[in-house]
Amino acid sequence: MKLGVLFSGGKDSTFATWIAKREGYEISCLISIASENKESYMFHTPSIDKTKKQAKAMNIPLIFKKTKGKKEDELKDLKSAIKKAKEKYKIEGVVTGAVESVYQASRIQKICNELNLECFNPLWQKNQFELLEDLLKNKFEIILVGVFAFPLDEKWLGKKIDKKFIEEMKKLNEKYKINPAGEGGEFETFVLNCPLFEKKLTVKNWKDFGEGNSWRREVEVE
Amino acid sequence: MILIINVCKEKLHYYEFVKPIEDILKKNKIAFFTKHYTEIKESDLKKANKAIICGTSLKDFDYNKHLGKFSWIKNFNKPILGICAGMQLMQIADELDRQVKELDIKSDLNLIVKKKTEIGYYFENFKKEFLSLKGKHEVYHLHNNYIPTSKNFEQFNDGKIPQAIKHKTKPIYGVLFHPEVRNKKLIEEFCEVVKFYN
Repeated sequence: MKLGVLFSGGKDSTFATWIAKREGYEISCLISIASENKESYMFHTPSIDKTKKQAKAMNIPLIFKKTKGKKEDELKDLKSAIKKAKEKYKIEGVVTGAVESVYQASRIQKICNELNLECFNPLWQKNQFELLEDLLKNKFEIILVGVFAFPLDEKWLGKKIDKKFIEEMKKLNEKYKINPAGEGGEFETFVLNCPLFEKKLTVKNWKDFGEGNSWRREVEVE
Repeated sequence: MILIINVCKEKLHYYEFVKPIEDILKKNKIAFFTKHYTEIKESDLKKANKAIICGTSLKDFDYNKHLGKFSWIKNFNKPILGICAGMQLMQIADELDRQVKELDIKSDLNLIVKKKTEIGYYFENFKKEFLSLKGKHEVYHLHNNYIPTSKNFEQFNDGKIPQAIKHKTKPIYGVLFHPEVRNKKLIEEFCEVVKFYN
């Protein structure tokens, strides 16, 4: 079955892509939505335009669509991008990296249902620590490119997800109820390397934006 | 030992509709084994003291072509929990007054299955306690079809669409919503509390 992946460049959508590929599905294209609304509940925003570099590293075509990010319009834009993937790459299903968010998952399910496409959520309801451990086991190299909750601040930008990070998250989870995988929007990530990449990406430069406990990093990668 | 039954056509849907149920059982240290419905043997049914028939995706109706594979439900005589497609399957197996046969079911199905798409969180009112749920609860819906409550089942929720049902004489339970999302307690209750006949 040919599949398109809703791809943000972060750990969840990349790991979902990897699982689909591992299970024998053909990944025909990636679909990225760049929202101008930095507060979007629907889409990951930091470093989103770098999905072009990631797609190239994976040698998978990318459909990249911009949206103003207004609540209902962003769903129309998402639907039109998925429709384009169906027409251009003949996809029969869509993969997402949804873990807990019914807000995101149910909206994507509705769009797929209307477009007569299968919808796959291979990380759905997965334990957050199990997810982080699985990423390490499968040699995913991931950095933080956004933090949006106390006590996370700009010092966390660029941090790698490794064993130390998982231990820190366990403590923050106990003390502040921070979701260890950032599923509550506490942080956003960027994948520099994983088994899907033919070439590892390296951060060459970056710019940070924000204040207090809300920061995002725009990276330049090669 | 609980038999978890995978009804998904697509291998990738295992992660979404079966693994979350396995994870709930693992967390509660409840012994289980998982089989795809096409691979269930007589020895599996003997080994199991309960069964959970999982749901599948909105577009997956492949199991309807193989209803004969579910004919064991009628004589299982042990607790069953059917989730979404699983609920519909156990109703079909129970309702048809003859053993269902593969590829001989289309006209019967058209009489039984009704169309209704509901996706996302909905509030449901459980008028009587149903596997730990009573009163108003938010539940996760993901279905394009439902089967009206038939004479052998009692409906536990208000409204036309049966969301929670129990067989009147057998320990067979069904939910149209997905309790693995937000209502995990319902699955734990079925696994730990429901006895052989109650």
